[in-house]
Amino acid sequence: MGAGIARIRKRSLTRAYNSLGKGFTRAATPLKSAWWRAAPMLGALSLTAGCGLADGPISSPKGPIALAERDLLFTAFFVMLIVVIPVFLLTIFIVRRYRASNEKARYDPEWESGALDAVVWLVPAAIVVTLGVLTWTYAHKLDPYRPLKADQAPLEVQVIAQDWKWLFIYPEQQIATVNELVFPSGRPLSLAITSDTVMNSFFIPALGGQIYAMAGMRSELHLLADAPGRFRGRNMQYSGSGFSDQNFTAIATTEADFDAWVDKVRKAPQRLDAAAYQALAKPSKKHPVTYYAFVEPKLFDAVVVKFASCAAPRTGQETQLAGLEGALCLAN
Amino acid sequence: MLGKLTIDALPFYSWVAMGGAGITVGGALIVMAVITWFGLWRYLWTEWLTSVDHKRVGIMYVVLALIMLLRGFVDAIMMRSQQAFAFDSGGYLPPGHFDQIFSSHGTIMIFFMAMPFMTGLINIVMPLQIGARDVAFPFMNNVSLWMTTAGAALVMVSLVIGVFSTAGWTGYPPYSGLEYSPDVGVDYWLWAVLISGVGSTLSGINFVVTVIKMRAPGMTLMRMPLFTWTALCTSVLMIFAFPALTVACALLGLDRIFGMHFFTNAAGGNMMNYVNLFWIWGHPEVYILILPAFGCFSEVVATFSGKRLFGYKSLVYATAVIALLSFTVWLHHFFTMGSSADVNAFFGITTMIIAVPTGVKIFDWLFTMYRGRIRFHPAMLWSIGFIVTFVIGGMTGVLLAIPPADFLMHNSTFLVAHFHNMIIPGVLFGYLTGYMYWFPKALGFKLNEGWGKMSFWCWLIGFYLAFMPLYALGFLGMPRRMEQYEVAEWQPYLIVAAIGAVIILIGIVALVMQLLASLRQWRENRDLSGDPWDGRTLEWLTASPPAPYNFAVLPRVEAVDALYDMKQRGVAYQTPAQYHDIFLPKHSGIGPILGGFAFVLGFAMVWHIWWLAAVAGLVMLLAVILRTFADDTEYCMPAAEVAAFEARRLQALAQATDPERVNTDPYFTSQMLPGRAP
Repeated sequence: MGAGIARIRKRSLTRAYNSLGKGFTRAATPLKSAWWRAAPMLGALSLTAGCGLADGPISSPKGPIALAERDLLFTAFFVMLIVVIPVFLLTIFIVRRYRASNEKARYDPEWESGALDAVVWLVPAAIVVTLGVLTWTYAHKLDPYRPLKADQAPLEVQVIAQDWKWLFIYPEQQIATVNELVFPSGRPLSLAITSDTVMNSFFIPALGGQIYAMAGMRSELHLLADAPGRFRGRNMQYSGSGFSDQNFTAIATTEADFDAWVDKVRKAPQRLDAAAYQALAKPSKKHPVTYYAFVEPKLFDAVVVKFASCAAPRTGQETQLAGLEGALCLAN
Repeated sequence: MLGKLTIDALPFYSWVAMGGAGITVGGALIVMAVITWFGLWRYLWTEWLTSVDHKRVGIMYVVLALIMLLRGFVDAIMMRSQQAFAFDSGGYLPPGHFDQIFSSHGTIMIFFMAMPFMTGLINIVMPLQIGARDVAFPFMNNVSLWMTTAGAALVMVSLVIGVFSTAGWTGYPPYSGLEYSPDVGVDYWLWAVLISGVGSTLSGINFVVTVIKMRAPGMTLMRMPLFTWTALCTSVLMIFAFPALTVACALLGLDRIFGMHFFTNAAGGNMMNYVNLFWIWGHPEVYILILPAFGCFSEVVATFSGKRLFGYKSLVYATAVIALLSFTVWLHHFFTMGSSADVNAFFGITTMIIAVPTGVKIFDWLFTMYRGRIRFHPAMLWSIGFIVTFVIGGMTGVLLAIPPADFLMHNSTFLVAHFHNMIIPGVLFGYLTGYMYWFPKALGFKLNEGWGKMSFWCWLIGFYLAFMPLYALGFLGMPRRMEQYEVAEWQPYLIVAAIGAVIILIGIVALVMQLLASLRQWRENRDLSGDPWDGRTLEWLTASPPAPYNFAVLPRVEAVDALYDMKQRGVAYQTPAQYHDIFLPKHSGIGPILGGFAFVLGFAMVWHIWWLAAVAGLVMLLAVILRTFADDTEYCMPAAEVAAFEARRLQALAQATDPERVNTDPYFTSQMLPGRAP
């Protein structure tokens, strides 16, 4: 990030980023004109018309990533209205005026217009160029793998999708939870995600877009909550009969509350070792929130690697994980 | 002996499943009883089922599509009612049933409603539009029909014996693999798709060769009607896209049958390969379906505006550009898989670029109506409804093409609303436009307009009520495929959506009523002229329904809108001094036999009845070999018979309700038209 870009960023921060504070400076926006800046606002306004829509997790986001993604959606929506509204009006006008019963309208069965034909290509092309630039820029700025820049180091959480629940491992704290993700607001949340079953999709609508969880692979997602609050999170990818109930609660807290919560989890009776993990990984529906006071180190890595190695003879490099992974293979 | 098949495969475990099985079996028995009662078996077999005449094959395709539309819609309305009730409760469907329903709904609507409807319309219309006597490979055409039918039959049989897939119409592994879906559901899906895929690939080859090789003299590529252009582009896509699906399904089948590891979690399998292969077919498939619908709109808008298409060349190039670009966008179906920002942005932008030629088409249709004389026939209403509604779907499509926006809306009901917004107004309205427009050409009488208009309004209003709430639900974070839910705010929207589905149901009933009413009044609605709408393209030059040979003398084409041009020059209805013998392909029972045994093969593979699969495969192989020895595949229609048919046609034409044209057009001029001798 050069200084030039930083300067542009400073000048043109939108509402989305102004509201951020807390030293967060990811993904500035190039939308400079006032009209475009108003577009997301208008979008939110028009949605308010619907019952309860404006309070929905996507129309009123609780974090800068979801806000930026939503604003991008609304901006593109309003840019496209430049074409869509004329099409509506033209259709109504032409269909009314040139109805067969209207004898006054001019009838010209051979009519053609080369100039108009060119315009017809150019107008959509211009809009697509605009949106293309927007897409390129924002696909990079809002790349889910891109770490957020902030004063504080991110909280790292490892996520494992299981049938049909979510396991959250806090490697630094050496604790784990099922179906409850607690993290301090204002501090970036850095998620490493995998699956111990079929493909899942991890999504907290109020905080930002989703990413797939796939067995033997590790995907990443970086999120941030503006303020303390409780948000719905869930699997978006159909994964079998327990899919409908595969929810979890994401809870953003203050730093102090987070520390207190960690202490509480550490006092929980259960520990997540290889045997406990195998028991947990079995399919279960509506799994209650569960706390684990201790988690086997490298459990996440072992779950990622086990699919690659269970069926094939192990190579020397993987011996580090060998014990745990061997235990997990039994479950497979 | 019977593989995995046991008595437990019968659906006695739930009332809903038994009901579905009962209706399927009962419906089939009633149809068979009616055919037996009227003694129609022989007629059906000799005149229809074994027919290689492209018009009859086309009609059978459309019949198949309409039956499957009913089945697919029953699935749809069951889902909408389940979700309307399922707040904080299980709804009324037994567990696991909802999953089968959304899988079969998608599978049926794409593979066994839209594909046959499209193939049927192209079959009926395209050879007539280019002035040909049949498709290039008439026998293969019949085989394609029966392969598609065999696939559809497999899906229907899964209602009665065993279960259907719960893996959705896309069948993503590893869920669709043996480990997570051990029952026969995925196998039914797999074999239905594989077998019908053979039919689609063969159809694609057939249509491309027909358009390239069989055009009437003077019909240069840039004089072809737009529907034919879209048929050509779609067929090219079918040839190149379907192998990807066939490979993906075959590999998944190897995983499931032989325990291989192409797409499993373990042992080096990688489901991302399946997802890529599937969508390398899946995205072009969207255009395979929609391009011919665009073709239907183009013909209908021009005809009922009484005006030539605005920007014919633009429309042709736009069609070709869409066909090409359709292969460059598949990754937008899984932006959330974690590709790099470069990759995601690339596929997002290529996706948006498709909006340009599509936008061009919309404007071209609008400007075709400009300074026209618009007649509001039901076919025209579908087209106008399409233009307005499709634009909304195109807009939400571009929104989903922006990766960060897609992260929010992927897998949500917003996505469901988007693709239904493309496929219902785009594809289905297009085919229904074509159905109402070309019905008199195919069957010789016009459809009732009142019921047609009612159907249109119900479909249009029902569509908005059913899918606009789903867009809104996307903003409330509702995922697709939810059997039940605990979020109270979702329910009002789902109730509105269910009401929309009921209104669409009335639209479907109106379609059935239209057909029944038209059959009752078919004498009054007969199309004697062969040209009921003052058409512009060659299919309207033939009798309705056309003679088996279509054109007694091949027409000579001088311009775009060949028939309009002939009518302007006053040469449309000239007759030759002399007719010639015409050689036509003979009917063949091999097609239905191949289809029947393909069904047996698929069924045997689903249930692991290996000996039966081997027998069925062997019979199919023998039938194909046998066919290669058949030298006598054509029969001769003598010139006298042709002359008699043409005389009847011209007499009917003279009787037709449009006396002006009868007076002005020089019939019986006994002037020899140029054209190849048969």
